[in-house]
Amino acid sequence: MKAIVRYLRSLMLIELFKGLGVTLRYFRRPKFTLRYPEEKTPKSGRFRGLHALRRYPNGEERCIACKLCEAVCPALAITIESTQRDDGTRRTTLYEIDLFKCIFCGFCEESCPVDSIVETDFQEYHFESRGENVVSKPQLLAIGDRFEESIAEARRQDAAFR
Amino acid sequence: MEAILNLIWTVILIGVLTFLPLILAVAYYTYAERKVIGFMQVRQGPNRVGPKGLFQPFADVFKLLFKEIVVPTNANRYLFLIAPILAIAPAFATWAVVPIDDTHVWADINAGLLYVLALTSLGVYGIIVAGWASNSKYAFLGAMRSAAQVVSYEIAMGFSLVGVLILAGSLNLQDIVQAQRGGFSDWFWLPLLPLFVIYLISGLAETNRAPFDVAEGESEIVAGFHVEYSGAAFAVFFLAEYANMILISTLTALLFTGGWLSPFEGWGFLGDSWLRESHAIWFLVKIVFFMFCFLWFRATFPRYRYDQIMRLGWKVFIPITLVWVLLAALMIFTQIVIRGA
Repeated sequence: MKAIVRYLRSLMLIELFKGLGVTLRYFRRPKFTLRYPEEKTPKSGRFRGLHALRRYPNGEERCIACKLCEAVCPALAITIESTQRDDGTRRTTLYEIDLFKCIFCGFCEESCPVDSIVETDFQEYHFESRGENVVSKPQLLAIGDRFEESIAEARRQDAAFR
Repeated sequence: MEAILNLIWTVILIGVLTFLPLILAVAYYTYAERKVIGFMQVRQGPNRVGPKGLFQPFADVFKLLFKEIVVPTNANRYLFLIAPILAIAPAFATWAVVPIDDTHVWADINAGLLYVLALTSLGVYGIIVAGWASNSKYAFLGAMRSAAQVVSYEIAMGFSLVGVLILAGSLNLQDIVQAQRGGFSDWFWLPLLPLFVIYLISGLAETNRAPFDVAEGESEIVAGFHVEYSGAAFAVFFLAEYANMILISTLTALLFTGGWLSPFEGWGFLGDSWLRESHAIWFLVKIVFFMFCFLWFRATFPRYRYDQIMRLGWKVFIPITLVWVLLAALMIFTQIVIRGA
Protein backbone atom coordinates (compact mmCIF):
# COMPACT_ATOMS: atom_id res chain seq x y z
CA MET A 1 0.00 0.00 0.00
CA LYS A 2 2.73 2.38 1.04
CA ALA A 3 4.64 1.54 -2.12
CA ILE A 4 1.63 2.38 -4.27
CA VAL A 5 1.13 5.73 -2.54
CA ARG A 6 4.79 6.53 -3.01
CA TYR A 7 4.59 5.53 -6.65
CA LEU A 8 1.58 7.76 -7.25
CA ARG A 9 3.22 10.63 -5.42
CA SER A 10 6.32 10.36 -7.57
CA LEU A 11 4.13 10.25 -10.68
CA MET A 12 2.54 13.53 -9.69
CA LEU A 13 6.02 15.08 -9.57
CA ILE A 14 5.25 16.76 -6.23
CA GLU A 15 8.89 17.10 -5.20
CA LEU A 16 9.82 18.52 -8.57
CA PHE A 17 7.15 21.20 -8.34
CA LYS A 18 8.34 22.04 -4.84
CA GLY A 19 11.83 22.49 -6.22
CA LEU A 20 10.54 24.72 -8.98
CA GLY A 21 8.73 26.78 -6.34
CA VAL A 22 11.97 27.28 -4.45
CA THR A 23 13.86 28.54 -7.49
CA LEU A 24 10.97 30.82 -8.42
CA ARG A 25 11.04 32.33 -4.94
CA TYR A 26 14.75 32.95 -5.20
CA PHE A 27 14.22 34.45 -8.66
CA ARG A 28 12.44 37.41 -7.09
CA ARG A 29 14.81 37.91 -4.18
CA PRO A 30 17.09 40.93 -4.01
CA LYS A 31 20.52 39.96 -5.32
CA PHE A 32 23.72 39.76 -3.31
CA THR A 33 25.95 40.86 -6.18
CA LEU A 34 28.11 43.92 -5.56
CA ARG A 35 28.88 45.87 -8.74
CA TYR A 36 32.52 46.01 -7.70
CA PRO A 37 34.24 49.04 -9.16
CA GLU A 38 31.14 51.16 -8.58
CA GLU A 39 30.12 49.68 -5.23
CA LYS A 40 32.55 48.61 -2.55
CA THR A 41 32.24 46.83 0.74
CA PRO A 42 33.32 48.83 3.81
CA LYS A 43 36.89 48.18 4.89
CA SER A 44 38.20 47.85 8.43
CA GLY A 45 40.73 50.39 9.63
CA ARG A 46 42.97 47.40 10.30
CA PHE A 47 42.89 46.35 6.65
CA ARG A 48 46.40 45.45 5.50
CA GLY A 49 46.93 46.67 1.95
CA LEU A 50 49.71 48.50 0.18
CA HIS A 51 52.64 49.68 2.35
CA ALA A 52 53.56 53.28 3.01
CA LEU A 53 56.23 55.24 4.88
CA ARG A 54 54.87 58.12 6.93
CA ARG A 55 56.23 61.56 7.77
CA TYR A 56 55.86 63.86 10.76
CA PRO A 57 53.63 66.89 10.23
CA ASN A 58 56.75 69.04 9.74
CA GLY A 59 57.73 66.94 6.74
CA GLU A 60 60.52 64.97 8.40
CA GLU A 61 60.38 61.25 7.63
CA ARG A 62 59.58 59.10 10.64
CA CYS A 63 61.85 56.17 9.88
CA ILE A 64 64.94 56.02 12.10
CA ALA A 65 66.45 52.95 10.41
CA CYS A 66 66.17 50.74 13.49
CA LYS A 67 65.63 47.80 11.11
CA LEU A 68 63.13 46.10 13.43
CA CYS A 69 60.77 45.63 10.50
CA GLU A 70 63.51 44.06 8.43
CA ALA A 71 64.30 41.71 11.31
CA VAL A 72 60.69 40.73 12.01
CA CYS A 73 59.64 40.29 8.39
CA PRO A 74 58.89 36.54 8.04
CA ALA A 75 59.12 36.69 4.25
CA LEU A 76 62.37 38.70 4.18
CA ALA A 77 60.65 41.16 1.91
CA ILE A 78 62.23 44.29 3.41
CA THR A 79 65.76 45.48 2.62
CA ILE A 80 67.22 48.44 4.52
CA GLU A 81 70.56 50.25 4.32
CA SER A 82 71.30 53.17 6.58
CA THR A 83 73.79 55.90 7.22
CA GLN A 84 74.33 58.88 9.54
CA ARG A 85 72.90 62.06 8.13
CA ASP A 86 74.70 65.43 8.43
CA ASP A 87 72.55 66.46 11.40
CA GLY A 88 73.70 63.38 13.29
CA THR A 89 70.48 61.33 13.00
CA ARG A 90 70.43 57.81 11.60
CA ARG A 91 68.45 57.58 8.36
CA THR A 92 67.82 54.95 5.69
CA THR A 93 69.52 55.29 2.34
CA LEU A 94 67.63 52.33 0.96
CA TYR A 95 64.24 51.06 2.01
CA GLU A 96 62.76 48.49 -0.34
CA ILE A 97 59.80 46.16 -0.02
CA ASP A 98 59.38 43.31 -2.46
CA LEU A 99 55.59 43.04 -2.75
CA PHE A 100 55.87 39.59 -4.33
CA LYS A 101 57.61 38.29 -1.22
CA CYS A 102 55.40 40.22 1.19
CA ILE A 103 52.64 38.21 2.81
CA PHE A 104 50.87 41.27 4.23
CA CYS A 105 51.08 39.96 7.81
CA GLY A 106 51.44 43.45 9.27
CA PHE A 107 54.40 42.53 11.56
CA CYS A 108 56.49 45.41 10.18
CA GLU A 109 53.75 47.82 11.16
CA GLU A 110 53.51 46.32 14.65
CA SER A 111 57.24 46.34 15.22
CA CYS A 112 57.78 49.94 14.15
CA PRO A 113 58.51 52.15 17.22
CA VAL A 114 57.73 55.40 15.37
CA ASP A 115 54.69 54.36 13.30
CA SER A 116 56.69 54.90 10.16
CA ILE A 117 56.05 51.80 8.07
CA VAL A 118 52.30 51.17 7.86
CA GLU A 119 49.93 49.25 5.68
CA THR A 120 47.23 51.39 4.08
CA ASP A 121 43.76 50.17 3.16
CA PHE A 122 44.64 50.70 -0.51
CA GLN A 123 44.59 47.45 -2.45
CA GLU A 124 43.80 48.39 -6.06
CA TYR A 125 47.29 48.53 -7.54
CA HIS A 126 49.01 46.52 -10.24
CA PHE A 127 52.39 46.07 -11.92
CA GLU A 128 52.96 46.39 -15.62
CA SER A 129 56.53 45.15 -15.90
CA ARG A 130 59.10 43.18 -13.95
CA GLY A 131 60.83 44.92 -11.13
CA GLU A 132 57.89 47.16 -10.34
CA ASN A 133 57.03 44.79 -7.53
CA VAL A 134 60.04 46.15 -5.58
CA VAL A 135 58.90 49.49 -4.24
CA SER A 136 61.62 51.97 -3.28
CA LYS A 137 61.80 54.46 -0.46
CA PRO A 138 60.68 57.51 -2.49
CA GLN A 139 57.69 55.51 -3.77
CA LEU A 140 56.76 54.41 -0.26
CA LEU A 141 57.02 57.96 1.02
CA ALA A 142 54.86 59.17 -1.86
CA ILE A 143 52.23 56.57 -1.02
CA GLY A 144 52.41 57.75 2.58
CA ASP A 145 51.87 61.37 1.52
CA ARG A 146 48.97 60.38 -0.69
CA PHE A 147 47.10 58.40 1.95
CA GLU A 148 48.24 60.26 5.09
CA GLU A 149 44.71 61.34 5.95
CA SER A 150 43.20 57.85 5.87
CA ILE A 151 46.27 56.35 7.57
CA ALA A 152 46.06 58.85 10.43
CA GLU A 153 42.32 58.27 10.74
CA ALA A 154 42.80 54.49 10.93
CA ARG A 155 45.53 54.89 13.62
CA ARG A 156 43.27 57.22 15.59
CA GLN A 157 40.39 54.75 15.55
CA ASP A 158 42.66 51.94 16.65
CA ALA A 159 44.57 53.96 19.28
CA ALA A 160 42.56 52.63 22.22
CA PHE A 161 43.50 49.04 21.39
CA ARG A 162 47.21 49.49 20.74
CA MET B 1 14.87 34.13 -65.54
CA GLU B 2 11.57 34.89 -63.88
CA ALA B 3 11.77 31.64 -61.94
CA ILE B 4 15.31 32.34 -60.74
CA LEU B 5 14.39 35.82 -59.53
CA ASN B 6 11.39 34.36 -57.79
CA LEU B 7 13.58 31.80 -56.08
CA ILE B 8 16.08 34.41 -54.94
CA TRP B 9 13.25 36.58 -53.63
CA THR B 10 11.82 33.64 -51.66
CA VAL B 11 15.21 32.86 -50.18
CA ILE B 12 15.64 36.47 -49.10
CA LEU B 13 12.15 36.48 -47.60
CA ILE B 14 12.84 33.30 -45.64
CA GLY B 15 16.12 34.75 -44.48
CA VAL B 16 14.62 38.00 -43.27
CA LEU B 17 11.39 36.63 -41.84
CA THR B 18 12.57 33.37 -40.28
CA PHE B 19 16.36 33.09 -40.10
CA LEU B 20 17.18 36.50 -38.76
CA PRO B 21 14.51 36.57 -36.05
CA LEU B 22 15.49 33.04 -35.08
CA ILE B 23 19.18 33.85 -34.78
CA LEU B 24 18.37 36.99 -32.82
CA ALA B 25 16.07 34.96 -30.60
CA VAL B 26 18.87 32.46 -29.98
CA ALA B 27 21.30 35.27 -29.17
CA TYR B 28 18.96 36.77 -26.62
CA TYR B 29 17.94 33.36 -25.34
CA THR B 30 21.54 32.78 -24.24
CA TYR B 31 21.43 36.16 -22.53
CA ALA B 32 18.08 35.33 -20.92
CA GLU B 33 19.50 32.01 -19.76
CA ARG B 34 22.40 33.64 -17.98
CA LYS B 35 20.13 36.27 -16.48
CA VAL B 36 17.40 33.87 -15.35
CA ILE B 37 19.78 31.32 -13.88
CA GLY B 38 21.74 34.14 -12.28
CA PHE B 39 18.60 35.53 -10.71
CA MET B 40 17.58 32.12 -9.40
CA GLN B 41 21.04 31.81 -7.83
CA VAL B 42 20.62 35.25 -6.25
CA ARG B 43 23.19 36.93 -8.48
CA GLN B 44 22.74 39.45 -11.26
CA GLY B 45 24.03 37.74 -14.37
CA PRO B 46 25.82 39.65 -17.13
CA ASN B 47 25.49 43.42 -16.65
CA ARG B 48 28.69 44.89 -18.07
CA VAL B 49 28.30 45.05 -21.87
CA GLY B 50 25.78 47.72 -22.72
CA PRO B 51 22.83 48.75 -20.55
CA LYS B 52 21.93 45.85 -18.23
CA GLY B 53 24.36 43.73 -20.25
CA LEU B 54 22.05 43.72 -23.24
CA PHE B 55 24.89 43.62 -25.79
CA GLN B 56 26.49 40.60 -24.11
CA PRO B 57 25.29 38.11 -26.77
CA PHE B 58 26.97 40.16 -29.51
CA ALA B 59 30.20 40.32 -27.56
CA ASP B 60 30.06 36.53 -27.23
CA VAL B 61 29.23 35.96 -30.88
CA PHE B 62 32.01 38.20 -32.16
CA LYS B 63 34.49 36.62 -29.79
CA LEU B 64 33.61 33.17 -31.12
CA LEU B 65 33.62 34.26 -34.76
CA PHE B 66 37.10 35.78 -34.53
CA LYS B 67 38.60 32.69 -32.95
CA GLU B 68 40.44 30.03 -34.86
CA ILE B 69 38.74 26.74 -35.67
CA VAL B 70 41.24 24.17 -34.44
CA VAL B 71 40.98 20.82 -36.20
CA PRO B 72 42.57 18.02 -34.13
CA THR B 73 45.52 16.27 -35.80
CA ASN B 74 43.91 12.90 -36.29
CA ALA B 75 40.39 14.11 -36.80
CA ASN B 76 38.44 13.37 -39.92
CA ARG B 77 38.57 16.87 -41.33
CA TYR B 78 35.63 16.58 -43.67
CA LEU B 79 33.24 15.04 -41.13
CA PHE B 80 34.56 17.34 -38.42
CA LEU B 81 33.54 20.42 -40.33
CA ILE B 82 30.28 19.05 -41.70
CA ALA B 83 28.97 17.97 -38.27
CA PRO B 84 27.97 21.46 -37.05
CA ILE B 85 26.08 22.01 -40.29
CA LEU B 86 24.31 18.68 -39.82
CA ALA B 87 23.29 19.82 -36.36
CA ILE B 88 22.00 23.23 -37.37
CA ALA B 89 20.30 22.46 -40.68
CA PRO B 90 17.36 20.40 -39.29
CA ALA B 91 16.87 22.89 -36.44
CA PHE B 92 16.26 25.60 -39.03
CA ALA B 93 14.57 23.50 -41.69
CA THR B 94 11.79 22.45 -39.31
CA TRP B 95 10.55 26.04 -39.24
CA ALA B 96 9.27 25.59 -42.79
CA VAL B 97 6.10 23.91 -41.52
CA VAL B 98 5.65 25.85 -38.30
CA PRO B 99 2.65 28.16 -38.75
CA ILE B 100 2.43 31.55 -37.05
CA ASP B 101 -1.32 31.85 -37.34
CA ASP B 102 -4.20 30.61 -39.48
CA THR B 103 -2.77 31.98 -42.69
CA HIS B 104 0.97 32.42 -42.32
CA VAL B 105 3.17 29.38 -42.89
CA TRP B 106 5.97 28.72 -45.38
CA ALA B 107 4.90 25.21 -46.37
CA ASP B 108 1.35 24.20 -45.57
CA ILE B 109 1.80 20.46 -45.99
CA ASN B 110 -0.54 17.79 -44.74
CA ALA B 111 2.17 15.67 -43.14
CA GLY B 112 3.58 18.62 -41.20
CA LEU B 113 3.96 16.81 -37.90
CA LEU B 114 5.65 13.87 -39.59
CA TYR B 115 8.10 16.27 -41.22
CA VAL B 116 8.84 17.83 -37.83
CA LEU B 117 9.44 14.43 -36.25
CA ALA B 118 11.70 13.35 -39.10
CA LEU B 119 13.82 16.49 -38.97
CA THR B 120 14.16 16.73 -35.22
CA SER B 121 15.50 13.19 -35.13
CA LEU B 122 18.01 14.10 -37.85
CA GLY B 123 19.64 16.57 -35.50
CA VAL B 124 21.30 13.80 -33.51
CA TYR B 125 23.45 12.90 -36.54
CA GLY B 126 25.29 16.17 -36.15
CA ILE B 127 26.15 15.19 -32.59
CA ILE B 128 27.17 11.63 -33.44
CA VAL B 129 29.29 12.71 -36.41
CA ALA B 130 30.92 15.44 -34.31
CA GLY B 131 31.82 12.95 -31.58
CA TRP B 132 33.13 10.43 -34.07
CA ALA B 133 35.11 12.84 -36.23
CA SER B 134 36.85 14.53 -33.30
CA ASN B 135 38.90 11.39 -32.58
CA SER B 136 38.69 12.12 -28.86
CA LYS B 137 37.48 9.78 -26.12
CA TYR B 138 35.37 12.39 -24.40
CA ALA B 139 33.74 13.59 -27.57
CA PHE B 140 33.03 10.00 -28.55
CA LEU B 141 31.56 9.13 -25.16
CA GLY B 142 29.40 12.22 -25.27
CA ALA B 143 28.16 11.35 -28.72
CA MET B 144 27.33 7.78 -27.69
CA ARG B 145 25.43 8.95 -24.64
CA SER B 146 23.57 11.54 -26.61
CA ALA B 147 22.66 9.09 -29.35
CA ALA B 148 21.32 6.48 -26.92
CA GLN B 149 19.40 9.11 -25.00
CA VAL B 150 17.85 10.79 -28.00
CA VAL B 151 16.83 7.47 -29.52
CA SER B 152 15.20 6.37 -26.25
CA TYR B 153 13.25 9.53 -25.74
CA GLU B 154 12.22 9.82 -29.36
CA ILE B 155 9.90 6.88 -28.80
CA ALA B 156 8.14 8.43 -25.83
CA MET B 157 7.97 11.70 -27.71
CA GLY B 158 6.51 10.01 -30.77
CA PHE B 159 3.87 8.27 -28.69
CA SER B 160 2.84 11.46 -26.96
CA LEU B 161 2.40 12.99 -30.40
CA VAL B 162 0.23 10.04 -31.38
CA GLY B 163 -2.14 11.14 -28.62
CA VAL B 164 -2.32 14.58 -30.21
CA LEU B 165 -2.95 13.02 -33.60
CA ILE B 166 -5.81 10.92 -32.28
CA LEU B 167 -7.50 13.94 -30.75
CA ALA B 168 -6.86 16.27 -33.67
CA GLY B 169 -7.38 13.78 -36.46
CA SER B 170 -4.80 15.50 -38.63
CA LEU B 171 -1.06 15.77 -39.22
CA ASN B 172 -1.30 19.35 -40.43
CA LEU B 173 -0.10 21.70 -37.71
CA GLN B 174 -2.68 24.37 -38.50
CA ASP B 175 -5.47 21.78 -38.34
CA ILE B 176 -4.13 20.54 -35.02
CA VAL B 177 -4.33 24.06 -33.60
CA GLN B 178 -7.82 24.55 -35.05
CA ALA B 179 -8.94 21.33 -33.37
CA GLN B 180 -8.13 22.92 -30.00
CA ARG B 181 -10.56 25.83 -30.43
CA GLY B 182 -12.68 26.80 -27.45
CA GLY B 183 -10.35 28.25 -24.83
CA PHE B 184 -7.95 27.24 -22.11
CA SER B 185 -9.70 24.02 -21.05
CA ASP B 186 -10.23 22.84 -24.63
CA TRP B 187 -6.56 22.76 -25.45
CA PHE B 188 -5.04 19.30 -25.67
CA TRP B 189 -2.93 19.70 -22.54
CA LEU B 190 -5.91 18.85 -20.34
CA PRO B 191 -7.15 15.58 -21.87
CA LEU B 192 -3.53 14.64 -22.63
CA LEU B 193 -1.96 15.92 -19.39
CA PRO B 194 0.48 13.02 -18.90
CA LEU B 195 1.45 13.14 -22.57
CA PHE B 196 1.96 16.90 -22.31
CA VAL B 197 4.30 16.49 -19.36
CA ILE B 198 6.12 13.62 -21.02
CA TYR B 199 6.47 15.59 -24.23
CA LEU B 200 8.01 18.49 -22.36
CA ILE B 201 10.42 16.25 -20.45
CA SER B 202 11.33 14.29 -23.58
CA GLY B 203 11.91 17.62 -25.26
CA LEU B 204 14.48 18.41 -22.58
CA ALA B 205 16.11 15.06 -23.22
CA GLU B 206 16.00 15.51 -27.01
CA THR B 207 17.79 18.84 -26.80
CA ASN B 208 20.32 17.47 -24.27
CA ARG B 209 19.38 20.11 -21.78
CA ALA B 210 19.66 19.93 -18.00
CA PRO B 211 18.69 17.73 -16.19
CA PHE B 212 19.37 15.41 -19.13
CA ASP B 213 22.64 16.97 -20.25
CA VAL B 214 24.83 13.90 -19.74
CA ALA B 215 25.94 14.31 -23.36
CA GLU B 216 27.80 17.38 -22.19
CA GLY B 217 28.32 16.35 -18.58
CA GLU B 218 31.16 18.74 -17.89
CA SER B 219 32.01 17.11 -14.58
CA GLU B 220 32.58 13.72 -16.21
CA ILE B 221 33.46 14.12 -19.87
CA VAL B 222 34.59 17.75 -20.09
CA ALA B 223 32.07 19.02 -22.64
CA GLY B 224 30.96 15.88 -24.43
CA PHE B 225 30.65 15.85 -28.18
CA HIS B 226 31.92 19.38 -28.75
CA VAL B 227 35.14 19.33 -26.66
CA GLU B 228 37.31 19.63 -29.76
CA TYR B 229 35.31 22.41 -31.36
CA SER B 230 36.27 26.05 -31.16
CA GLY B 231 35.40 29.36 -32.74
CA ALA B 232 32.65 29.53 -35.32
CA ALA B 233 32.14 25.73 -35.45
CA PHE B 234 31.42 25.70 -31.73
CA ALA B 235 29.14 28.70 -32.15
CA VAL B 236 27.12 26.74 -34.68
CA PHE B 237 26.61 23.86 -32.22
CA PHE B 238 25.57 26.38 -29.63
CA LEU B 239 23.15 27.94 -32.07
CA ALA B 240 21.71 24.52 -32.93
CA GLU B 241 21.13 23.64 -29.28
CA TYR B 242 19.27 26.84 -28.55
CA ALA B 243 17.37 26.80 -31.85
CA ASN B 244 16.21 23.31 -30.92
CA MET B 245 15.04 24.51 -27.53
CA ILE B 246 13.03 27.27 -29.16
CA LEU B 247 11.64 24.73 -31.61
CA ILE B 248 10.53 22.34 -28.87
CA SER B 249 8.91 25.24 -27.01
CA THR B 250 7.11 26.25 -30.19
CA LEU B 251 5.91 22.72 -30.86
CA THR B 252 4.66 22.33 -27.30
CA ALA B 253 2.77 25.58 -27.68
CA LEU B 254 1.31 24.41 -30.99
CA LEU B 255 0.40 20.86 -30.09
CA PHE B 256 -0.70 21.08 -26.48
CA THR B 257 -1.59 24.67 -25.66
CA GLY B 258 -3.43 25.78 -28.75
CA GLY B 259 -0.83 27.84 -30.61
CA TRP B 260 -2.21 31.26 -31.43
CA LEU B 261 -5.63 30.62 -29.87
CA SER B 262 -6.61 32.85 -27.00
CA PRO B 263 -6.94 31.19 -23.57
CA PHE B 264 -10.12 33.24 -22.98
CA GLU B 265 -11.79 32.24 -26.22
CA GLY B 266 -14.66 30.46 -24.47
CA TRP B 267 -15.37 33.20 -21.92
CA GLY B 268 -18.64 34.55 -23.28
CA PHE B 269 -18.97 37.25 -20.64
CA LEU B 270 -15.97 39.08 -22.07
CA GLY B 271 -18.10 40.01 -25.08
CA ASP B 272 -16.24 41.06 -28.21
CA SER B 273 -13.06 41.80 -26.27
CA TRP B 274 -9.72 41.55 -28.10
CA LEU B 275 -8.76 39.12 -25.35
CA ARG B 276 -10.88 36.44 -27.00
CA GLU B 277 -9.36 36.79 -30.45
CA SER B 278 -6.69 34.47 -31.73
CA HIS B 279 -3.47 36.27 -32.39
CA ALA B 280 0.20 35.46 -33.00
CA ILE B 281 0.95 37.32 -29.77
CA TRP B 282 -0.72 34.57 -27.76
CA PHE B 283 1.52 32.15 -29.60
CA LEU B 284 4.59 34.19 -28.69
CA VAL B 285 3.56 34.37 -25.05
CA LYS B 286 3.19 30.59 -24.89
CA ILE B 287 6.54 30.00 -26.61
CA VAL B 288 8.30 32.38 -24.25
CA PHE B 289 6.72 30.63 -21.28
CA PHE B 290 8.02 27.23 -22.37
CA MET B 291 11.41 28.71 -23.18
CA PHE B 292 11.49 30.11 -19.67
CA CYS B 293 10.61 26.64 -18.36
CA PHE B 294 13.72 25.24 -20.04
CA LEU B 295 15.88 27.70 -18.10
CA TRP B 296 13.86 27.25 -14.95
CA PHE B 297 14.37 23.48 -15.03
CA ARG B 298 18.07 23.94 -15.60
CA ALA B 299 18.33 26.18 -12.54
CA THR B 300 16.32 23.73 -10.42
CA PHE B 301 17.17 20.12 -11.18
CA PRO B 302 20.48 18.33 -10.78
CA ARG B 303 21.72 16.15 -13.62
CA TYR B 304 20.29 12.64 -13.90
CA ARG B 305 22.58 9.67 -13.62
CA TYR B 306 22.88 7.85 -16.91
CA ASP B 307 21.08 4.64 -15.89
CA GLN B 308 18.30 6.73 -14.34
CA ILE B 309 17.78 8.47 -17.64
CA MET B 310 17.44 5.15 -19.41
CA ARG B 311 15.11 3.79 -16.74
CA LEU B 312 12.92 6.87 -16.92
CA GLY B 313 12.74 6.75 -20.69
CA TRP B 314 12.04 3.07 -21.18
CA LYS B 315 10.33 1.91 -18.00
CA VAL B 316 8.26 4.96 -17.08
CA PHE B 317 7.56 7.14 -20.09
CA ILE B 318 6.91 4.55 -22.75
CA PRO B 319 4.38 2.53 -20.68
CA ILE B 320 2.55 5.70 -19.60
CA THR B 321 2.36 7.03 -23.13
CA LEU B 322 1.13 3.67 -24.42
CA VAL B 323 -1.65 3.58 -21.84
CA TRP B 324 -2.63 7.18 -22.48
CA VAL B 325 -2.68 6.74 -26.25
CA LEU B 326 -5.23 4.00 -25.63
CA LEU B 327 -7.16 6.30 -23.27
CA ALA B 328 -7.09 9.06 -25.87
CA ALA B 329 -8.59 6.69 -28.39
CA LEU B 330 -11.28 5.77 -25.85
CA MET B 331 -11.99 9.44 -25.20
CA ILE B 332 -12.69 9.91 -28.88
CA PHE B 333 -14.61 6.63 -29.16
CA THR B 334 -16.88 7.37 -26.19
CA GLN B 335 -17.11 11.01 -27.30
CA ILE B 336 -15.85 12.40 -23.96
CA VAL B 337 -13.71 14.57 -26.16
CA ILE B 338 -15.33 15.43 -29.45
CA ARG B 339 -12.89 15.68 -32.32
CA GLY B 340 -12.58 19.13 -33.83
CA ALA B 341 -14.85 20.73 -31.26
